[in-house]
Amino acid sequence: MQCDVCQSKEATVFLTQIVDGKMQKVNLCESCSKEKGVNDPTGFALADLLMGLGAAQEIEKSPGALKCQVCGFTQADFKKTGRLGCSACYTVFAEGLSGMLKNMHKGMIHTGKAPAALQVRREQGEKLRTLQESLTQAVAAEEYERAADLRDQIRRMEAGTPA
Amino acid sequence: MKFSKIIASSGEWLSGDGPHRNIVVSSRVRLARNLREKPFPGWAKKAERLEVMRQVKTAVENLPEMSDSYSENLEALSPLEKQVLVERHLISREHAAKGVGSAVVMNAPQTLSVMINEEDHLRMQAICCGLQLDKVFGMINRVDSELEEVLDYAFDSSLGYLTACPTNVGTGMRASAMLHLPGLVMSEQINKIVNSVNKIGLAVRGLHGEGTEAMGNLFQVSNQTTLGETEEEIIGRLNRVIEQILEHEQNARALLAQRKSVTLHDQIGRAYGVLSHAYSMSSKEALNLLSVIKLGVDLGVFSEPCRFPVDELFIETQPAHLQKGAGTQKMSADERDSLRAAIIRAKLSQVQEPDIAHLKARTPDPADDQNDE
Repeated sequence: MQCDVCQSKEATVFLTQIVDGKMQKVNLCESCSKEKGVNDPTGFALADLLMGLGAAQEIEKSPGALKCQVCGFTQADFKKTGRLGCSACYTVFAEGLSGMLKNMHKGMIHTGKAPAALQVRREQGEKLRTLQESLTQAVAAEEYERAADLRDQIRRMEAGTPA
Repeated sequence: MKFSKIIASSGEWLSGDGPHRNIVVSSRVRLARNLREKPFPGWAKKAERLEVMRQVKTAVENLPEMSDSYSENLEALSPLEKQVLVERHLISREHAAKGVGSAVVMNAPQTLSVMINEEDHLRMQAICCGLQLDKVFGMINRVDSELEEVLDYAFDSSLGYLTACPTNVGTGMRASAMLHLPGLVMSEQINKIVNSVNKIGLAVRGLHGEGTEAMGNLFQVSNQTTLGETEEEIIGRLNRVIEQILEHEQNARALLAQRKSVTLHDQIGRAYGVLSHAYSMSSKEALNLLSVIKLGVDLGVFSEPCRFPVDELFIETQPAHLQKGAGTQKMSADERDSLRAAIIRAKLSQVQEPDIAHLKARTPDPADDQNDE
């Protein structure tokens, strides 16, 4: 069996770690295991190592030779560095990245802080959705007066004036 | 502000006070932010990096928090000066390796620092002593909110803040606490703790973060994931785990004092003996022995006024801090070891001998926590 890191030498160190209930295995050769500090239980996190390896493989699955139009970053560059070129790369390499992010993080959707201007838009989007739901319900229940009122509210919001 | 002024004062996280100060050395929260569609520092060309740096640096310097700040381009700092900032946890080791196109801005009490063009365009952190992650998050969150008004952040509604490395995407937040755990190390429980903390998606690392060795029984616990939870949820999870570790550490200390008091006396006495009589000492040996003395202070073997000089030695004996005091630019390892031993001897001459009779064989006492808070 080959070493997962250098892909050249014979693997002699086999590690299994359970992270968040998922079992992850890695095979290393003598020199890579030393380099990664496998023998030092406090300094070694298998997860860190696997993230790096997984990243390179996952992104390879993206079809064709993708290249970011904004910064010129390519898949090969990602494989080499494990870092992306610019914020637009997240859209360009989205497909390959999603599998990787799933393994890395607790979830796939950001639920934390957002820049205030975007936060307002996010809240408005939610409000708009609730209004639209109520509108559908009102129409279904043949409450046309309420429906008309809701429709006006939606129009005002979409036009950007305060409801 | 001049660099000499930064060096002269020891920074609030060392000299200040905070909850569980005895075990939790410091709490730190770092946020990673980038500008929209500008190449990340690792991929940007020099001119692009300089342009981002100018824009970001001006914005940071104009913050009300930075009215009395130290701000410098990395190429203007000597390797020794950079190392001093690393030893104080004000910049990362990665940032210290940067030159033209990178900068650092920090406030006078050294509680806030912003690295410009590290791995991301902005890496900003707040650091305080003791366990107060909520407070440090509040501090850095305010800085971030002020900056977002003037900087166009790279943000995606589903992926959150976009970062150079996908491991930081989402909140871009790394919250961590530095813990002093001699009890768990001496009672050989530390591996068990490290393993279980790793299992629940938190990382335990050595003194200077990723890939560094645990020295002086100091361990850094931090969140590993950044996407899918709010900042408050991540910090809440971390707080709960740290409180558990604290309890285990206190129990381990109480048990050692009760059942292995001779071993404990012996270790403290030997540490004191070696530190006050050695003429050459490596930084690793110094940290490990100082850790035992610090435990001695916690257990009442040394009087409380000894706490600050001992804590100070943890920093003052680090390689760069040693040399900045000596004034010379380059010292050999041997020269450093002998200077380190001299500094420790001088400081310990003010600390009276360990009074083993005062060793408090105590179980974790709720009154302690009240004193801390």
